[in-house]
Amino acid sequence: MTTHAEPTAVGDHDDHQVGHSEAGVDQAHLGEKAADWVDGRLGIYGLAKANLRKIFPDHWSFMLGEICLYSFIIIILTGVYLTLFFTPSMGEVVYHGSYTPLNGIRMSEAYKSTLDISFDVRGGLLIRQIHHWAAIVFVAAMLVHMMRVFFTGAFRKPREINWLFGFLLLFLGMFDGFMGYSLPDDLLSGTGIRFMEGAILSMPIVGTYIAMFLYGGQFPGNDIIPRFYTIHVLLIPGIMLGLLVAHLILVFYHKHTQFAGPGRTEKNVIGMPLMPVYMAKAGGFFFLVFGVIAMVSAIASVNPIWAYGPYRPDQVSTDAQPDWYMGFSEGLIRIMPGWEIRAFGHTLVLGVFIPLMIFGLVMIVIAAYPFLEGWITGDKREHHILDRPRNAPMRTAFGVAWIAEYGILLVAGGNDLFATHFNLSINTITWACRILFFVGPVIAFTITKRWCIGLQRRDRDKVLHGRETGTIKRLPHGEFIEVHEQLSPEALHTITAHEQFQPMELPAEVDENGVKRKVSLLTKTRARLSQSYFGEAAQIPKPTPEEHAEITSGHGHH
Amino acid sequence: MKKLSARRRHPLAALVVLLFALATTGGLYAAFAPAGNAQADSSQSLQIEQGKKLFAVGCSSCHALSGEGTKDGPTLVGVGSASVDFQVGTGRMPAQQPGAQIPAKKVIYTQDEINELAAYVASLGAGPSIPTSDQYAAGDVAKGGELFRTNCAQCHNFAGSGGALSEGKYAPSLDGVSAKHLYEAMLTGPQNMPSFPNSTLSTQNKQDIIAYVQHTTDPAKNPSFGGLTLGALGPVTEGLFGWIFALGALIGIAIWIAARTPKAKKS
Repeated sequence: MTTHAEPTAVGDHDDHQVGHSEAGVDQAHLGEKAADWVDGRLGIYGLAKANLRKIFPDHWSFMLGEICLYSFIIIILTGVYLTLFFTPSMGEVVYHGSYTPLNGIRMSEAYKSTLDISFDVRGGLLIRQIHHWAAIVFVAAMLVHMMRVFFTGAFRKPREINWLFGFLLLFLGMFDGFMGYSLPDDLLSGTGIRFMEGAILSMPIVGTYIAMFLYGGQFPGNDIIPRFYTIHVLLIPGIMLGLLVAHLILVFYHKHTQFAGPGRTEKNVIGMPLMPVYMAKAGGFFFLVFGVIAMVSAIASVNPIWAYGPYRPDQVSTDAQPDWYMGFSEGLIRIMPGWEIRAFGHTLVLGVFIPLMIFGLVMIVIAAYPFLEGWITGDKREHHILDRPRNAPMRTAFGVAWIAEYGILLVAGGNDLFATHFNLSINTITWACRILFFVGPVIAFTITKRWCIGLQRRDRDKVLHGRETGTIKRLPHGEFIEVHEQLSPEALHTITAHEQFQPMELPAEVDENGVKRKVSLLTKTRARLSQSYFGEAAQIPKPTPEEHAEITSGHGHH
Repeated sequence: MKKLSARRRHPLAALVVLLFALATTGGLYAAFAPAGNAQADSSQSLQIEQGKKLFAVGCSSCHALSGEGTKDGPTLVGVGSASVDFQVGTGRMPAQQPGAQIPAKKVIYTQDEINELAAYVASLGAGPSIPTSDQYAAGDVAKGGELFRTNCAQCHNFAGSGGALSEGKYAPSLDGVSAKHLYEAMLTGPQNMPSFPNSTLSTQNKQDIIAYVQHTTDPAKNPSFGGLTLGALGPVTEGLFGWIFALGALIGIAIWIAARTPKAKKS
C-alpha cells in the first residue's frame, strides 16, 4: 500500500506528459504516475479506497468457495488450450497416428483430434487431464461450499439470491461437465449421450421432438458433437462467468458472514483487510489449488479415451458410468424398476421418466430450501452472524438427509463396482439401495436431529456447570468430584449468542366474538412446521443470564 | 470309557463321530494316496485310462463317475478337451465349494495330468478340443480391439478389468490369462460366459482378440499414459480419487492457510 499517493481528480493530468516520463525517474515515482494515469481513466483510487481495506472474517470453511473459483479459472485456461487442437466434428476418418493399437480404425474427427491432443500435442495429455480433474474438483468443491453455506444458515436474508446464483452455477457446472466429457466421442461418452437421449425420449409428448431438435434427427446423427461443443465452450461458460461475477459482487455487497464471537454483531465484520492479508492469502491459495490439481493430473489418469475406443452405437463397455456429479442420476436409473405403461398406441417409460423427475426434484430442493425456511420462520430480518449447525437441528437434519440420499444414489450408480470389489451380489446392492432410498434419509434425519439436540444440551451444561477439567479432587469425607472450570466470558458469549425462535402458534379457534376462525391449510402446515423447527423437541432452551448467575453463585453445590 | 458311553446319546454325538470319521479317512488318504507324478504317455488309450483314474478321484463327486453329471455338477459328455484344459488349467476345477461362480485359483494338476483328464472327458463324447499353439497365435491388435469392444467389453470392461453380472456372478479380469486359455474360453464359454464358436468368431477373430487383450493388459506394451490407472474402471474410481485426494488435499490446505493467521482481535 503506498502511503504517499495523493488523491487526484479525474482529468487533472496531462496524459501526454505522464505517458512519456523521462528516464531516470525512480520506480515509486513511475508507479505513481502510472497509477495516476489509470485513475484518470478508470477511477481506480475511488474503487481501491472503497474496497482494498474491505474486511473479511477468517475461517477455513470460507475458503471453499475460493477452491471453486480457482478451479473454474484453471478449467477456462486449460480449456482454451484444448480448443486450439480439438476438432468438433463427427466426420469419419481412418486413424493412422501415434497410438498404434487404434491404427486403421474408423472414428470421428472429434475422437481423432482428442487422440492427437493426448499423444501428439506437446503437453496435451497433461492439459487434458488438468482440465478434467479440475472439473471433478470444481463441482465437488461447489457442493462442499454449498454445504458450508447451508449448514451455517448463510443463505438467509439478504443472501437468498446469491444462494440461487450458486445453485445455478452448480447446476450449469454439472451439465457443462457432462457435455465436456461427451465431446471426445469415445465409447464411454457416446454411451452417455445415448443415455441422455433415452432420458429425453421418456418425456411424454415433448420428448421425441426435443430429441429430434437436439440431435438434428435420429441418434447419433452428425450434429450433436458440434452443438455440444458450442454449448460447452461458449454458451454455458459465458452464463457461468456472468453468474460468477454477480455472485462475487453480491459477496462484496452483502459483506461476508461471520461466526458469532465477542464483538461480532449483525452490523460489523471482524477480520482482516483484503489488502494485504487476503490478497496474499487468496493469491497464494490460487497457486496451491493449481499445484494440487496439476499434481493429481500428473499422477493419476482420468478419462483414458484411447482405452475406451471410438464410439459406435453397437458397442458398449461395462463400468459405463458418468462422472461423479452425474452419478446420482445413474443411481436413480439403476434402482428404478423398468416400469412401462402402454396405452393408446403410446409408451410411457416410467422406468426412465420417474428417475428424470426425481433428478429434477433432488436439484430443485436445493434451490427452494432458503425460501421454505424463510416462509416457516417468517423472519424478515437480515442475518450476518452464522448459525452453528447444532442450533438449527431441523435444517441440519434436513441437509444431512439430503446428503444421505445423494450418497445412496451414488452407491447405486456404482453398484457393479461395489459388487465386484466387495464380493456382493449386484441384486442385493440394488435392493438395499431401493430400500435405503426411502429409509436412509429418515434414519439420517432422526440421528442428526437427536445429535444436534444432544450437542445443544452439552452447550447448556457447559454454560451452567463449566468445562470438565479432568482434575479429580477428593473431598475430606472421601467423595471424589471432578473439578469443573467456568468458561471464559468469550466462550460463554460464543455458545450462547444464537437466538432461539418461538414457534408459531395457531390463533385461537374462536375469535373474541366467539366466531369460529377460519384457518387455511397453508397456515396450519406452516404452524406445524414451525413447531417442528422451534418447538420443545427441537431446541433446548439456552440458559438465561439469571440461571447462569444463580448457579455460579452457588459455589459449586449443584 | 464310562464317560464316553454316558455321552453317546448326546445330541452332538453323531456330529463328533462324523467329524472323526472324516478326519480319519482324509488323513489316511493323504498318507497313502499315490503322489501325483503320473508319467506322460503318448499312448492315447493309456492317457484316457490315467485320466479316468484322476477323474474318479478329483471330479466324480460332482460330475459322477463317468461324467454324466449330478445335481452338483453338469454332464461333461460332449464338452470336449478344450473345456477341461481351461477349467482345470486355470484352477477353477476342481471347485472348492458351490457358489454363484467358481473362481480361478491355484492350479493343482500338472499339465500332463490335465491332458490326461482332458483326453478322458473328450473320450466321453466329441467336443471342442485343445487348440494347437498356431491356433492361438496373436493376431492384429487394432482389429482385435474393435472385436473386443463389440463382443467382450460389455462384461469384461474396455480394458479387460472385469465387471459384475447378476446375483454375485462376474466377468473376471483378463489380466494375465494365457493366450491358450483366452482361446479356450471363447471357444467353450465357461460358466456364465457365452461361447463364441468359430461360426461366430473365426479363428482369425479370436487371434485378434487375444492380441488385443494381451496388449492391453501388459504394462510393458501398453503403459498407462496418463499415470495411475485407478483400476481402469471408468469414472467411479476417478470421482472417488478426486474427492479424496484432490479436494481432500485442497481442504487440508485451506485449513492450513486459515490457521496461519493470527486471530482477529477486537481493537
